[in-house]
Amino acid sequence: MKKEDRLESKNPMEGFLRMDRIPHIWCPGCGIGTVVTSFTEALKKSKLDLDKVAVVSGIGCTGRVAGYVKLDSFHTTHGRAVPFATGLKLANPDLKVVVFSGDGDIFGIGGNHFIHAARRNMDILIICVNNFNYAMTGGQVAATTPMEANASTAPYGNFEFAFSLPYLAEAAGATYVARWTSLHLRRVTKSIQEALAKPGFSLIEVITPCVTLYARRNRLGDGLNLLKYYYDKSVIEHGADTRTLDISYQGKLVVGKFVDKEKPTFLDRMNEHMTKILGDKYVKYGE
Amino acid sequence: MVYFGDVKPIKGKIHIKKDQCKGCAFCVEYCPKDVLEMSEEFNVKGYHPPFVKDEDACLYCQLCETICPEFAIFVTIKEEEEEGEKGESRP
Repeated sequence: MKKEDRLESKNPMEGFLRMDRIPHIWCPGCGIGTVVTSFTEALKKSKLDLDKVAVVSGIGCTGRVAGYVKLDSFHTTHGRAVPFATGLKLANPDLKVVVFSGDGDIFGIGGNHFIHAARRNMDILIICVNNFNYAMTGGQVAATTPMEANASTAPYGNFEFAFSLPYLAEAAGATYVARWTSLHLRRVTKSIQEALAKPGFSLIEVITPCVTLYARRNRLGDGLNLLKYYYDKSVIEHGADTRTLDISYQGKLVVGKFVDKEKPTFLDRMNEHMTKILGDKYVKYGE
Repeated sequence: MVYFGDVKPIKGKIHIKKDQCKGCAFCVEYCPKDVLEMSEEFNVKGYHPPFVKDEDACLYCQLCETICPEFAIFVTIKEEEEEGEKGESRP
């Protein structure tokens, strides 16, 4: 960004947010707003045409992002953000589709959609804000709640095994997988920038504090304590084996960029295969 | 302070939208120059917004702007006063 653009005293986020809807509904100390800022920073830096970027969200705290960003956006039903984004991408292959949603939405309710979009290698970017529970509905146990953590449906602690999101994504065929905490501001921005430039299915998991439910039920203090705690517990290990990335309750968090590989996307494969079978009769789609 | 040639650090001017703040104190905690501090006053929502304690120390790193979950704080470049530059004598 040029210096001259910054001189007027206007919030630089205004071009990216629907300011009539701000202040947002997120709790004081919640980290989702930070991730949204990182996302807009990445959009600024990557110099994409904003008319060609679409944001899709599901239901949940993070699902509100679609309503706050001033881009083409859609707030879908619970868990169906990924299939909606798939349809959007296929109907208009010029779009850069970003799914901005929570862990409960993408991996709990919409887990199967996620797996199949990753298997097909759809060209979408998924920013998953992981706060370890279903925060908007009252702090129920989610697929990502670590063992022994307390939740409103597990008053004696959670005894289920939790999903390791990077492992799941890599196993299902994602081409870019990264995990950060929301305090890794510049690293999240850089990661989103890289993933926006990369064709293929990308997952960026961002661990954020949930103050009102997760922190309160587990007596972990306020947003600042939790933010600092996650940051201090995190160890950056780029290219770490995704099998080792389980999150234990209050344990070590391995963050970094784990997977970054090249693979033909769904549309590439379709065009290649159909051209091979049908020859010149086939008109390539989306090129 | 003596700087190499004409290179000078960029100074920032901090703008806080007090009524948008929810008092999470992320900016106060993570400002590398300790420019901000929590105030005792209340905003319309009943939270304590931060105030600028020492603006001269701000070096326009924009960390407060990026970390703010409420989009309530941002930094612009502060224009240096003209007299200061003219009156400066270099050895």
